Amino acid sequence: MALLARLQNSRNALGLLFMLPAALLLALFLSYPLALGTWLGFTDAKVGRPGEWVGLENYQFLWGDEVTRLALFNTLVYTSVASVLKFGLGLWLALLLNRNIRLKTFFRAVVLLPYIVPTALSALAFWWIYDAQFSILSWALVKLGLIDHYIDFLGSPWHARIAVIVANVWRGVPFVAITLLAGLQTISPSYYEASAIDGATRWQQFRHVTLPLLTPIIAVVMTFSVLFTFTDFQLIYVITRGGPLNATHLMATLSFQRAISGGALGEGAAIAMAMLPFLLACVLFSYFGLQRRKWQQGGGD
Amino acid sequence: MSDRRTILKGTAGLAAAGMLAPFSQAQAQAQTMSFKPEKGAKLRVLRWSRFVQGDIDAYMANVKRFIDATGVEVRVDNEGWEDVRPKAAVAANTGAGPDIILSTNDDANLYPEKLLDCTDLAEYLGKKYGGWYPAGQAFMRPDGKKWLGLPLGATGSLLVYRESHVKAAGFDGIPKNTDDFLKLCRALKDKGTPPGMALGNATGDSTWCNWLVWAFGGKLVDHSNKVVIDSPETLKALEYAKELYATFIPGTLSWLDPNNNKAFLDGQISLTNNGISIYYAAKNSQDPKIKELAADINHSVFPIGPVGVATESHLFFNQMIMKYTKYPNAAKEFLRFMMEKQQYDAWLLGAGGYVAQPLRAYESNPVWTMDPKHLPYRDSVKNLRPAGYDGRLGYASAGAAADFIIANMVAEAGSGSKTPKEAAERAQKRAERYYKI
Repeated sequence: MALLARLQNSRNALGLLFMLPAALLLALFLSYPLALGTWLGFTDAKVGRPGEWVGLENYQFLWGDEVTRLALFNTLVYTSVASVLKFGLGLWLALLLNRNIRLKTFFRAVVLLPYIVPTALSALAFWWIYDAQFSILSWALVKLGLIDHYIDFLGSPWHARIAVIVANVWRGVPFVAITLLAGLQTISPSYYEASAIDGATRWQQFRHVTLPLLTPIIAVVMTFSVLFTFTDFQLIYVITRGGPLNATHLMATLSFQRAISGGALGEGAAIAMAMLPFLLACVLFSYFGLQRRKWQQGGGD
Repeated sequence: MSDRRTILKGTAGLAAAGMLAPFSQAQAQAQTMSFKPEKGAKLRVLRWSRFVQGDIDAYMANVKRFIDATGVEVRVDNEGWEDVRPKAAVAANTGAGPDIILSTNDDANLYPEKLLDCTDLAEYLGKKYGGWYPAGQAFMRPDGKKWLGLPLGATGSLLVYRESHVKAAGFDGIPKNTDDFLKLCRALKDKGTPPGMALGNATGDSTWCNWLVWAFGGKLVDHSNKVVIDSPETLKALEYAKELYATFIPGTLSWLDPNNNKAFLDGQISLTNNGISIYYAAKNSQDPKIKELAADINHSVFPIGPVGVATESHLFFNQMIMKYTKYPNAAKEFLRFMMEKQQYDAWLLGAGGYVAQPLRAYESNPVWTMDPKHLPYRDSVKNLRPAGYDGRLGYASAGAAADFIIANMVAEAGSGSKTPKEAAERAQKRAERYYKI
């Protein structure tokens, strides 16, 4: 009883107690799998067979493995191109939707659609759009007389890379657009009025009012967007399975192929772990580079 | 769909009844081995599913018959065939899970020490039913002595073609050797009805690449598991692949498992490799135009290359009893029961040609003769080579196959994105990694 009473009066103990459930959840579902993955990456574990410690052997092999290098290259291209496009299109869309247009709410809802449809389903749709024999795009272009044979969207490496990037952008733009739109709406109209009175042009308003005030949101959105893109799996798995000639294999799909289909858990885990430095770098960049600019705390630029 | 189900169900039932009649109880007893199930035995069976509903229906009918005959409780779980592999591996190594697992390819070779020795059962069945084909032994009796489990069969991936198109190209069916086969493909392309086979990362349909490499004497590893894919024989196969690829419809580099089915049914290609499913889809289609197509579809085994023997690559099915089972006798009795003529014949018929038998005696099953177009699939286990040919099977062979090493090599060389030599060297390097352990 006395113990309980003391506990109730101790801020520190109570604080710890209240944090415990969250900490347990984090440890169980986040730290443990991460630690397990890290450990597996240093072993030669197979599916269902505990592995032996092999040190850096997996990483050494992956470094010399052409397919893994190609997958890393693909992932970097995929992530950078898709993220830039998603940011540009998303910001543009957000600015448009922020204006007073007719049927504003309708358009805002419609924009979200690609994001709502389960990825596996939209990926299937894109798979048909890009089909070598049944592509609706090719069919339409042929009927219009613009081309005379079907485009081999997924058959040559660069076509395939561009095709999956387009699919990813289509799916990812709504997330960026809607979040940025939310950010835009937090900007007080009085800034725009004040700048208008000072004779600022539209561009100047955007450059000196909108962008600085939107930066924290942009940082968060783009961090998430890059993380999602870098770890993308479903789109690739449905549309190409990493083909043709492994030209669209991303780290995530390769990791799955090696670990589960191929049974080499250790190696698959190592591929997954090899993504961490890139993801970490991206998080740190957005954290230090974008969120801590002095002017956000009222200081000079 | 419902149409096909009822048709297959109907034939399965009919056949089962037909089988039962001439098989008197006394005859069956005479050469029957049997295991006495443990008291209160319960069995859990995990199996792959499902290429055709008739397979499941016939299998479950047999299970029910087993339950009625023995009183053993049996629960059957179905999973997509690619998901059974990891589940089986985890079950084997944690020592808990289904008592019996029906899985694919070289799974039994990944954890041979975790499986119940089935030698007595396999020898009994082999003796009774004309012997096991060599492929079944390669998978399930790797040391030539101990059986790790029983072969169940294989689902064939063979040549599916349009009879009228092949005739129009000046050929009477699919040629028996690779040289004439190439001529046929060229003629088909010239007629505007090209062939097409998957060269993307297609788990099932890219296995024709194995056939191609083996047909010219190339192989991933030799008998001592040394990687020998970078060989003059492989180069010959890859030169051939280049010629063959030139006749294909555009886009095959991106093809996954379903692409060739769609293109074939749409009339865009006149020759591809596949299971019997294209024919079934056409035969049972609601669309009269596609239904008409069925009459023009025929099947053939793959042509034989310079090595002079059949070198086909199909999806192999096994049956494993896990060592940890509490009811080893009930499990053995279950497998025995399912492989005996009464049950196995009915199941084979129910599967409608999707599955080919591992025991010679079942070559006489009516499913192979009720429609002459089924016949080529009959020899799918007989002509089969494991993907890890000609070495020992295990983690290395499984990993190399899952990584599409052979399929990628053929695609690279065939499409000209790499020279045959470069492609073979790359495959050699990739495969060596798997076989190092």
